[in-house]
Amino acid sequence: MVYAGIDIGSTAAKGVLLNEAKTEILARKLMPSGWNSRQTAEELHTWLLSLGHSREDLRIIATGYGRVSVPYADKTLTEITCHGKGAAFLGGGDLTVIDIGGQDTKVIVLTGGRVTDFVMNDKCSAGTGKFLEVMANRMGLGLDEFFAMAETGREVKISSMCTVFAESEIVSLMGLGTPREDIACGAVGSVVSKVSALVNRKSPSGKYYLTGGFCEAGFLVRKLGEVLGAEVITSPDGRFAGAIGAALLG
Amino acid sequence: MLSLPKNFETFNDARKKSFMALYEAKQRGKKVVGVFCSYTPLELVYAAGAISVGLCGKSEQGIPEAEAHLPKTLCPLIKASYGMALTDQCPFFYFSDGILAETTCDGKKKMYELMSKFKPVHVMNLPQGRDQALALDAWTEEVKLAAKFLEGLFSVEITPEKLHDAIVYRNKVRRAIVDIYETAKLKPSPVSGYEISTIAESADFHFTDDDLVAKLQRTAKDLRERVRTGADGRPRVLITGCPNAGVRDKIIKTLEELGADYVCADNCAGPRTQKFMVDENSEPYRAIAERYLKINCSVMTPNTTRFDDIRELVKEYRADGVIEIVLHGCHTFAVEAFTVMNMVQNELGLPYMRLDTDFSQSDKGQIETRLGAFIEMMSAAA
Ligand code: SF4
Ligand code: SF4
Repeated sequence: MVYAGIDIGSTAAKGVLLNEAKTEILARKLMPSGWNSRQTAEELHTWLLSLGHSREDLRIIATGYGRVSVPYADKTLTEITCHGKGAAFLGGGDLTVIDIGGQDTKVIVLTGGRVTDFVMNDKCSAGTGKFLEVMANRMGLGLDEFFAMAETGREVKISSMCTVFAESEIVSLMGLGTPREDIACGAVGSVVSKVSALVNRKSPSGKYYLTGGFCEAGFLVRKLGEVLGAEVITSPDGRFAGAIGAALLG
Repeated sequence: MLSLPKNFETFNDARKKSFMALYEAKQRGKKVVGVFCSYTPLELVYAAGAISVGLCGKSEQGIPEAEAHLPKTLCPLIKASYGMALTDQCPFFYFSDGILAETTCDGKKKMYELMSKFKPVHVMNLPQGRDQALALDAWTEEVKLAAKFLEGLFSVEITPEKLHDAIVYRNKVRRAIVDIYETAKLKPSPVSGYEISTIAESADFHFTDDDLVAKLQRTAKDLRERVRTGADGRPRVLITGCPNAGVRDKIIKTLEELGADYVCADNCAGPRTQKFMVDENSEPYRAIAERYLKINCSVMTPNTTRFDDIRELVKEYRADGVIEIVLHGCHTFAVEAFTVMNMVQNELGLPYMRLDTDFSQSDKGQIETRLGAFIEMMSAAA
C-alpha cells in the first residue's frame, strides 16, 4: 500500500505520493486548479495511476477547497488538519504553521504533532495570495518578477486592506510616478502585516513554518520573519504540505 | 380593531398560518406581551393574564429595512428584531399589546427608543452588575414598576395570589425545559442538539389552551427513550456565546451534519439560565428579582459566574470541545470571549474555537471548513 494526497486549492492543485512507511515522498505534481476542479482532479487521478501502482494498492485522501470534487478519494479531510500534519512532517511537531493560500490564510498551532488551535482570515482576500496576484497583475508583472522587484524597492505604505481599493491605490501611486519596486515592496509589506496580525491572535510558539505557494518567495519569507521577530522556516516542499498531510493521514 | 396586517396576502403559507393562529387566540381574548431577553420576568406577564412571546429576530429577514433606521454595524439580532417589527412581518410583534424590554446592551436599549414610536414599550432598568450597590433593591423596584406597566396596559390587578401562581407555573415550565436539555447528557445523546434546541425554544410560542408543562414533559420522555444508531464516538460540543437561534442552520445543523453532536447550549436560552428557579416561599417581587439577577450574561460586569457555569456544564454534559459564537457588533460577548478562550484551553485543556458571524449566508463555506477542522481536532484529541 502507498499513500496519495490530493490538495485542490483555489489557485493550485497538488498531488503527492508517499511510500508505504510514509517516510519518503515518491512523486509530486503541481498544476493550476483551473476553473473546473473536477477536471483538475481527473488529471491528477490519471497522473497517480501512471506511477506504476494499481488502484487497489493506493489509498487516496483529498483535501483543500476542491476536495469535494475528488470522487475517487477514499476519504476527505479539511486543509487545516492536513497542512498541520504536512508541516509537522517537514518542519517538526512543535511549531506554528503559516499557510498563505490563494484565497485564505491560516495560522495553525501544532503541539506534539497535533493541531491544537487554528485561525483563518475573515471573508476577505487581504493578506492572501490573491492580493499579491492582483497587485502583480495590475503592474504587468509575473509573481517571480514582482518579488524580485519588491526586494530592491523601498516600502511605500499601501493603506487599503481591501484588494479592490488597494488596486486603485497602486494605480494612483503609479500615476504619481512612484517606482514599481517601491509599490511591489509595499504590497508585500501589506500582506506580511496582515498575516502577522493573524498570527498574533494566537499564542505562537516562536517557531514558524510557512506553507503554500510562497514558500520559495525568499523576500516575503524574510520580511515575515522580521515582523514576527523570529525565523520563518520553509522549503520548496512547503507548497505540498497539504497534500503530504493528507497522504500521511491515509 | 383587531385586523390582519395590510401585507398579509404577500406572506407565504407558514407565515400566514402563524398569523392566523395568533389572530384566533387574540379573538378569544388573549393578551400578548412581546419580550426580547432572558432578563424579562415572565411571571409578571402571566400574573397579568397575558401570554409572552419571544420576539428576537432569527433570520436575515427585516435587516435591510432595519438598516434604514439603524447602523449597519449593529448586532444582527437587534437589526432583525427591529426590522421584523417595523415591517409587520412578525405575527408575534404585530399582535403584541405591548413590549416588556430591558436595558441590557447599548444597541438594544437604544433600539427600544425607536420601537416605542410604534408600540407601547416599557424598559426595565437592569443593573449592570450583581454586586453593585443596591443592585437587588433597585431591580426589585424595577420588577414592581414593570408589574404596574402591565396592570395599566391591561387594566388588571396583579394580586399576590396571581403572582404566586405564575411563579409556580413558570418554575414548572423551566424544570420541564431543563429536562429536555438534559436528555443530551446521555452519551451518546439520543437526540440531535438541533432538535433539542428547536423544541426547547418553541416553548416561547405557546398560545393554545393545552397544557405546556405536560406537553414538554411528554416530549422529554419521548426523547429520552429514543434510540439513535451510529452515534457512538461523535465528538460532543458545548456552544457558548451570543444567542444562536439566528445561526442555527448555518452553524448547528452543519456541525451535526459534519459528524459532531451539539450537546449543551451555554447561552441565555439554555440550561444554565433555565435551571434558576424563583423561590416560591418568599416575598414574590424580591424572589423574582433575585432569580433573574442570577442570569449570566456578558452584559453584566463582572460576570464571573458564567465561567463557573461553563466549567460545570462541560463536565456534566461531557463536552469534548467548546465553540463560541460571537455575533458581529456584540461587544460584550466579543470581549469576554478572550477570557473564555483562555479558560477552556488552559484550564480545561479542551479545543476552543470562536466563530464571528451574522445571519447572512455569505460565510457559509468558511464556517463549514472551520467546523470540519474543529471536529478533526477534537477527534484527534479524543
Ligand atoms: S444574551 Fe444577554 S442580553 Fe441577549 S437576550 Fe440573552 S440575556 Fe438578554
Ligand atoms: S447578541 Fe450581544 S449585541 Fe446582540 S442583542 Fe445580545 S447582547 Fe446585544
